[in-house]
Amino acid sequence: MKAPSFAYARPGTLAEAFDLLERHGEGARILAGGQSLIPSLNMRLSSPELLVDITGLAGLSGIESLPKGLRIGALVTHAQIERSPEVKRHAPLLAQAAPHIAHPAIRNRGTLGGSLALADPAAEYPACAVALDATLVIAGKKGERRVKAGAFFKGLFETDLRPGEILAAAEFPPADKAVFVELARRHGDYAIIGLAGTQAASRKRFVFLGAGATPILAVNASKASSLEEAREVLGKDLDPPADLYHSSATKLHLARVLLERAWNKL
Amino acid sequence: MTVNGSPVRRRIPARQHLVDFLREELGLTGSHIGCEHGVCGACTVRVDGDIVRGCLMLAVQANGCKVDTIEGLSDSGELEALQKAFHERNALQCGFCTPGMLMAAQDLVLQKARCSREEIKRHISGNYCRCTGYQAIVDAIEQVLNGQG
Ligand SMILES: Cc1cc2nc3c(=O)[nH]c(=O)nc-3n(C[C@H](O)[C@H](O)[C@H](O)COP(=O)(O)OP(=O)(O)OC[C@H]3O[C@@H](n4cnc5c(N)ncnc54)[C@H](O)[C@@H]3O)c2cc1C
Ligand code: FES
Ligand code: FES
Repeated sequence: MKAPSFAYARPGTLAEAFDLLERHGEGARILAGGQSLIPSLNMRLSSPELLVDITGLAGLSGIESLPKGLRIGALVTHAQIERSPEVKRHAPLLAQAAPHIAHPAIRNRGTLGGSLALADPAAEYPACAVALDATLVIAGKKGERRVKAGAFFKGLFETDLRPGEILAAAEFPPADKAVFVELARRHGDYAIIGLAGTQAASRKRFVFLGAGATPILAVNASKASSLEEAREVLGKDLDPPADLYHSSATKLHLARVLLERAWNKL
Repeated sequence: MTVNGSPVRRRIPARQHLVDFLREELGLTGSHIGCEHGVCGACTVRVDGDIVRGCLMLAVQANGCKVDTIEGLSDSGELEALQKAFHERNALQCGFCTPGMLMAAQDLVLQKARCSREEIKRHISGNYCRCTGYQAIVDAIEQVLNGQG
């Protein structure tokens, strides 16, 4: 199908972008890589009046080392994350996760910011951001604010972003060890279930995707002292919703399989 | 924008995506349209050297970019080896998926000197073929990359 008609603007500065977003209110949508928004327009699932293309804004791109960790601009694409030597060195979890996202032609345009802002429950980056305890940098007309990933994802496709705000970057603290695993029906499809696991200062964090409305930190399994215990208590952490092909019990079983794979690599 | 080496200038509606622009405004009908939501890969084209879904990029977003389509790559001879291998290995039947498949395959050829069947499959995982089955296609790409298959 074809998209309904809409206007298009490509502001050159953040101030102009905030202005457009404010003036058009609910009628305006931010366009980044377009790899989720354009399909939804083509299928006429949404019909904004105006697309505000943020890809011309300086300051939202680039990968930068911090004293502790890495800052990745919202406009950095999945392909750039996949190939970046800095990401491989300082945030290997993201380098492992990126190849699981869709297919090469989609990874060339889809962005980190778009994926975090969309908050698809089966997406890879939101779970990685929670597992690494990332901080999201949000730009608004009145300045910047910072939110921890754990508080940013509020519900199904729902985040802490307020109308008129733009996600500018995410800051990822380093982890001593990291592992990303997922199960999908076909390479590049959205995951049935996935797991981002990290270890920092001998504390483990296991965060599941596809196991609820948001990324889910398995609190009990993360504290367990043995794999047996972790597998056992995972039932208290997760109550995954069934999907078209998998019951809740199957998903919990698959989650335990992933937990074992991740545990053995940490 | 520059399409297959020639500059083009048009005024177009914002909602027109890149493949519709190429097909309808420029008559370049080699890039196909299947699903229009990013799933099938029939619309794969190259923008500034990177393959993209032509149905998931607005034509206005390609303003100032260098766009290459199957017609351009075919005329320049860039795809000669892949085209020959697809032909020899019967890697197409109806041909609907073939332009997108060749664009994705060439992207891999440019990135890697050699690669495993597994890597080839992963690279074309976003391109659907509804008739040939993927073995012959992977065989053809492997023939070009590794000189065997
Ligand atoms: C066939 C297919 C398969 C896919 N498979 C996967 C997969 O397996 N895993 C996965 O994670 N994703 C998958 N995707 C989605 C892809 O990763 C998208 O690129 C990503 O979800 C959105 O990023 P984008 O830059 O394209 O955002 P857009 O589509 O441009 O925007 C998405 C949403 O976020 C908003 N937005 C974008 N950027 C910002 C910002 N900086 N600040 C505030 N709001 C913003 C937009 O307004 C919009 O609502 C798939 C897509 C397709 C078409
Ligand atoms: S038409 Fe673009 S991916 Fe199917
Ligand atoms: S040859 Fe018919 S779809 Fe591939």
